[in-house]
Formats: sequence, structure tokens, C-alpha cells
Amino acid sequence: MACNSSTCNSSGCYKEYEEEEQHKSKTRAEVKGSNIRQNLCVKCKSSEPVCCGIGGEDSRFCKDCFKNNLYGKFKQAVTYNAMITPPDKVLVAFSGGPSSRVLLQFVHEMQYRAQKNYDASKDKSLPVFGVGVAFIDESSTNSFASQQIEKAIEDIRSIVSNLAPPSKELFVVPIESIFSSDGIDCKERLKKLLDALGDVTGKEDLLIHLRMLSLQKIASENGYTRVVLGSCTSRIACHVISATVKGQGYSLSADIQFVDSRWEIPVVLPLRDCPAQELNTLCSLDGLKIVETPNGPFSGINGLVSSFVKVLQEENLSRECTIVRTAGKLTPFHFNRIPEIQDSNVPSATRRHHRRHGLKSNGSLSSESFCAICNSPLKKSNSSSSLTNESPQPSNRFVAACSSCQFQILPKDPSLMEQFLPLLPHPMITRAKHGDRGNVSSLREQIQDFLLSDGDDEI
Amino acid sequence: MKLGGRLCCVCNQRRAALKRPKTLEQICRECFYAVFEEEIHQVILENKLFKPGERIAIGASGGKDSTVLAYVLSELNRRHNYGLDLFLLSVDEGITGYRDDSLETVKRNELQYGLPLKIVSYKDLYGWTMDEIVKMIGLKNNCTFCGVFRRQALDRGAALLKVDKVATGHNADDIAETVLLNILRGDIARLSRCTSIITGEDGPIPRCKPFKYTYEKEIVMYAYFKKLDYFSTECIYSPNAYRGFAREFIKDLERIRPRAILDIIKSGEDFRIATSTKMPEQGTCERCGYISSQKWCKACVLLEGLNRGLPKLGIGRNQGLNSDAKKDIKKDDRTKSIESKQCGSLEF
Repeated sequence: MACNSSTCNSSGCYKEYEEEEQHKSKTRAEVKGSNIRQNLCVKCKSSEPVCCGIGGEDSRFCKDCFKNNLYGKFKQAVTYNAMITPPDKVLVAFSGGPSSRVLLQFVHEMQYRAQKNYDASKDKSLPVFGVGVAFIDESSTNSFASQQIEKAIEDIRSIVSNLAPPSKELFVVPIESIFSSDGIDCKERLKKLLDALGDVTGKEDLLIHLRMLSLQKIASENGYTRVVLGSCTSRIACHVISATVKGQGYSLSADIQFVDSRWEIPVVLPLRDCPAQELNTLCSLDGLKIVETPNGPFSGINGLVSSFVKVLQEENLSRECTIVRTAGKLTPFHFNRIPEIQDSNVPSATRRHHRRHGLKSNGSLSSESFCAICNSPLKKSNSSSSLTNESPQPSNRFVAACSSCQFQILPKDPSLMEQFLPLLPHPMITRAKHGDRGNVSSLREQIQDFLLSDGDDEI
Repeated sequence: MKLGGRLCCVCNQRRAALKRPKTLEQICRECFYAVFEEEIHQVILENKLFKPGERIAIGASGGKDSTVLAYVLSELNRRHNYGLDLFLLSVDEGITGYRDDSLETVKRNELQYGLPLKIVSYKDLYGWTMDEIVKMIGLKNNCTFCGVFRRQALDRGAALLKVDKVATGHNADDIAETVLLNILRGDIARLSRCTSIITGEDGPIPRCKPFKYTYEKEIVMYAYFKKLDYFSTECIYSPNAYRGFAREFIKDLERIRPRAILDIIKSGEDFRIATSTKMPEQGTCERCGYISSQKWCKACVLLEGLNRGLPKLGIGRNQGLNSDAKKDIKKDDRTKSIESKQCGSLEF
């Protein structure tokens, strides 16, 4: 097929195609070259660009346009999903890292603008939403942490106090206080709980679940109506891969939506479409201070996934976005929307969006049951081949849990379960009991017609 | 592997000779063979892969997966009276130094297992060998060409053999890699199909993967201990495949948590994907009559690209032919064989 003639003129000759290609790439280079020569922001075309977005050479922005671009994504996520409406009090989960720093900054700016509007308005009809900040101190799980954590907390206090007016309440809560209602030394109990786990990944994941419970506790005890997380595209991409690897494909779509209402206080993720790289850039551009906390990098499965995604990202800058976009095509759950969507404060565009995407409340009570440990929705039928499940695993009658938690968190030996369960924080124990009750009541439904007595003696 | 005289955990009689990659149990050879074969037998039963009296073509490359598959299927067919007629079907992609060697292995398998062999070649079917294709398009998208061509080649071979099904040696590692790849590449439609143990039931020849839950390491171990004859070199054109990323990752995963491979497959089966995104509408290729969701099947598109010196045709986002190309179909001399036959004469 190789054409050796330099003067070949036949229409199918690949040389013709090659020349066309060369010509095209020349013109492209010219256009690019002119942009570079003129050195202009691709958005406003007037200022000098100072940084690149995730699109590389094609997305060079000046500082203002870059920031507005990111803030715009945040704002759209908030409005489109009705995340924050005037009567809300939102609790911002702050870890000190770049994503949560940017989140805090954006939430503050939104609140600040709302305050300005309120002050300027005559009838004061729309109150400004309240903002609180929560930092979960995990230093008790890490023996090297104690000195660094004092400094970190100082820094966090100063960051939050500088973000006033409007002023924001700061909660610095040690993670072991999730056990507070039970008296015995909380640090001891946390240590016992973590030591009972043999799997490194299980420990890390349990801590993440405990962190969420802490946030829920703070929010609920202090009248907050939303918990806001700074999970960015990169973190979500890692979660997609690690959930897949842990066998949590069914519940994955629940964790990666903008809104997650299975919790008592709904959780929202406004930075879902913002890549970590851009958030980092914004922190350095705007001089946003990042606080180093002593939580080490992940190891085990989570660490492996993190390095894997990093390698992929190096090979192709938009890989993280593709991963999140693919996972975004999975069907969400009924709780992946703000509950009271009938509120007239919610823009009609949002209500249309929810209807279109099947996120509308259909009024029926969910028959979903949830894992006691990680709160992920459990898949109902389990008639799959015994080869797909880990073979001889005693079925856990005590606790309804997903297969991942059963493997990496719960003890294998049923006799150890009795000692393990009381170590868990109260909300998990409650969920465990409810899960069981859910099973019994659905069984009862099936045989209801044949029961002669109405007595509830079994439960 | 320091074993120091531990007993097999299954029979408690013989000395443990290996650690099972899937479960890390210490086990003797005989028990390993038994549990390996029994698990596959259970997969075949529970998923109803075969019916008595069926003619089955085993996709045979001469590599460990297909050799072990041929061996185990023959054995189980005998032992459990599946009542199947088994054949070996091999594809010659025309890769010098790789395929000609592995084909020798398959020819030996034909004699060793007593299974009739049929070989179909890219050269006969398409007029191109992989060597020629790589010379033209380089090493970036060659796996795409080969994969597409092979799939059709297997179907045509199966039609010539008049079999009811094709069994391939895809193992758990392969399927786990494919699940990850589809997530990374954004292919939600493929993601919903790639964990199915039987595919193409509404097409010309259904295919099944009896090794869906079998670990690659265990297949290697089985072949090693049973001293089966197989060819063990990587395709010389594959180093740059994107699949390599997923493969590395899975190998690292398996080291810290062996069950992760099955967990990935489970996730793939459990993903909530709306049924509307599942199957693209199925028609037939205008050029050759093969099944296709577009006007031309992928093989014809790629072939057209090769024959017209447009190596990027059918690769990447802007796929398919523009309207000019479609009007301009010239029948090249070298493509006299099967693919230029009229629709309907191929017995699909």
C-alpha cells in the first residue's frame, strides 16, 4: 500500500491526506501562535493570563476570569440543586486543605453578597442564610499529631474569624466525641474500636464514616440544616474507583451526586465539578491559606487508588473529569435531591431539572435498607452465584451491612461480633437494629394474610 | 512460598503444595485441581452456559487461557456428560514471530486433546495482516483494529464450523480490567454489558466466558502443575495499549486484597445503569451483512480506512465515514474475498 511516487495524483493516495493534515496543523499553529503572541486571557480577551485551567494551553485565564469561572461552577451547583435557600443554616466541613478552603471562601462570598442585598433591600423579605464551620480533630488516632494540631487549630480559628462579617461559628470537635453520650473514656473506646479492625483500608474507611457522623451530630445539635462538603472532582474520581474496587458498585451513584439526603441533615457537594488542580491554583492566586493537618496520606486500597488516578491524570489531564462524568450517568437514588422541593423558594428551573432527571419525590416511602456502618443503600436480591460472594462467610443476622463493610470492618468471627457491636457509635447501632427490623417487617408483609394472631410478639 | 510441611486445608492428608491466589488457602495439587475444575463446573451449571447436543467452538490462541479452557472443557464434558461437540477455532492475525509460533501450539493441542481445529486468517478475510496494518498505522491504535477484526473473524470461523456457541478464555482479571477501562473511557453502554457471562444471544453466534470468575494466576498455576502445552509471550504489538494501566493497577490490588478482582466484577454487575442506555439499536452492515449498530460495521469502516490510506478512519471521536467517502466506494482488487460478497451470501 506504500505509495512510492512523489507525483502520485490518484484520489485515494494517502499522501494527499497527509498533506491536508499538514496544512491543517499549520493553520492551527498559526492561530495558537497569534493568541500566545497577543498573550490574552481566553475569556475576556483583555487582560494578561496568569494561569491555566484543566484544558491546558486552550484555557489560559487572567486571575479574575479564572476565579469567576470557578465561582460560577459553585454558584450554579448551589442554585440548580437548591442547596442553600434563605432560611437555611449551613455547616461547612473544613479540613484545612485547598478544596475546603475554597469552599469556605465561596460560601462566605455568597453569604456576604446576600447580606449586602439584605441591607440594601427595603422590605427585608429574604433573610440571609447562616454559616457555621466545623473542623473534626482526628489527632487522637495519630500518635505524632499532638503538637502540630494545636498550631493547625490556631490557624483555622484565625481564618474563620477573618471571614466576618457576617460572623461564623467555628466548631472544633475531636472525633472521639461521637461517643460522648456514653460516659466511658472516649479516646479509649475509639482506640479499642480501631484496634478491633485488622484491615488498614477498613480502618481508614471507618474513620471517614465516623467523621460524617461527627458532622451530622454537630449540625443536628446546633440547628444547622445543611452540611456542605468540599469534595472536588479529583476526590470523587478516586471514590468512584475505590468504590468499584470494594464491590460497592450498587451504592456508588448515591455518593457522588450534588445532594445526599439519606442523612438526617442533608449533605451537599457544590464543588463536585471543580478539579483539584484548579482549586489549588486559586488558593495560590488569591493567597488563600491552607492548613496542614497531621492526617497522613492514605495507604492500603485507598492509597493505591489515589496513586493510580494520579498516574492517569498525568497521562491525560481530563481523565478525572471523564471518570466523574461516566459515574454521573449511573442512576441516582430517590434521596439524591433536597427533600422539600415543593417549596416556592425553589426556582422553577430547578424543579423542571429534577423532574427531567427522575429526581422528583414520588411520595412513596422508600423500601431501601442501608448498611449500618457506611449507610450505603443495600441491593435487595442476593441470588447471585456463591462464587461471586466471598465463600464461607457466616451471614450476619445481627447487622445489616454491605459486603464491603462485612469484609473490611466487621469481625469475621460471629463470637467477636458481640464484643464489637457495642464499641460502635450510637447512630450505627441504631441503624443496625432498624435494618434488622426492616427485614422482619417485610417478611411479615408477605405472610400477613395467613397470620391468625395480630400479636407483635416476635419483634 | 515457605510452606514447611503444612497440610492441605481441604483434605488434611497431603502436603500443601501451593497457596491459592483467590483465597490464599494452602492446598495440595490434587485438591487444587478438584476445586478449580469444580468451580468452573458450577459456573457452567448456574449460568446455563451449554445445552446437551450443542456444537461449541473454543476460541484458541495457543495461550494459557484458551489451552486451559480447552483442556478443562473436554474434561468436564466427559466427566459430567455435558453432551457437547467441542472444536478449536483459531485466528491467524498475521503477526510474524508471535502468531505463527502460537499457532503451532494450537496444532499440538488439536492432537493432544483430540479436538478438531479450524484456522481463519486476517489475510484471507480482510486482505491485511497485522504486520501490514501496524506498518501503516503505527503502534497507537493497532489493538483497536485487531480486536474488531478478531471478533468478526471468530464469528465467521464459527459459521464455517456450524457451531451453536463460541466459548472464549476471558478470565476474571480480563473482565475486571474491562470494567475499569470502560469507566476510564466514559463508555457507559459497554460498562453495562461487559460483565455479562453470555453475550450476543440475539446475534449470529452467542459467546460465553466460562472463566468469568477464574483468576488468571490460578489458570497459570493449573497449566503449570498439569504441565499443559501453551505459548506464553505477550503480543509484540501490545506494550502501548491503554489496558496496560488497568492491568498494572489490578496486579497491585491483587497483592493487597485478592478478592478485589471479584469485587470489581460484582460492582460492574451492580452498577445502576438505565436500561435505555443499554443496547444500541441493532441492524446489519450495508457492505458485508455482519451485525452492526451503524450503517457500516466497524470492521468495514476500519478496512475502508486501511484501503484508502486513511489510518484514522473509525478511530476516536469523529468516527465513521463522511458522505463523500460513502459515495466513493471503489472495490479494490485485493479485497476480492469474503468481505466483498453481497449481503446474504454469508449465512448469518
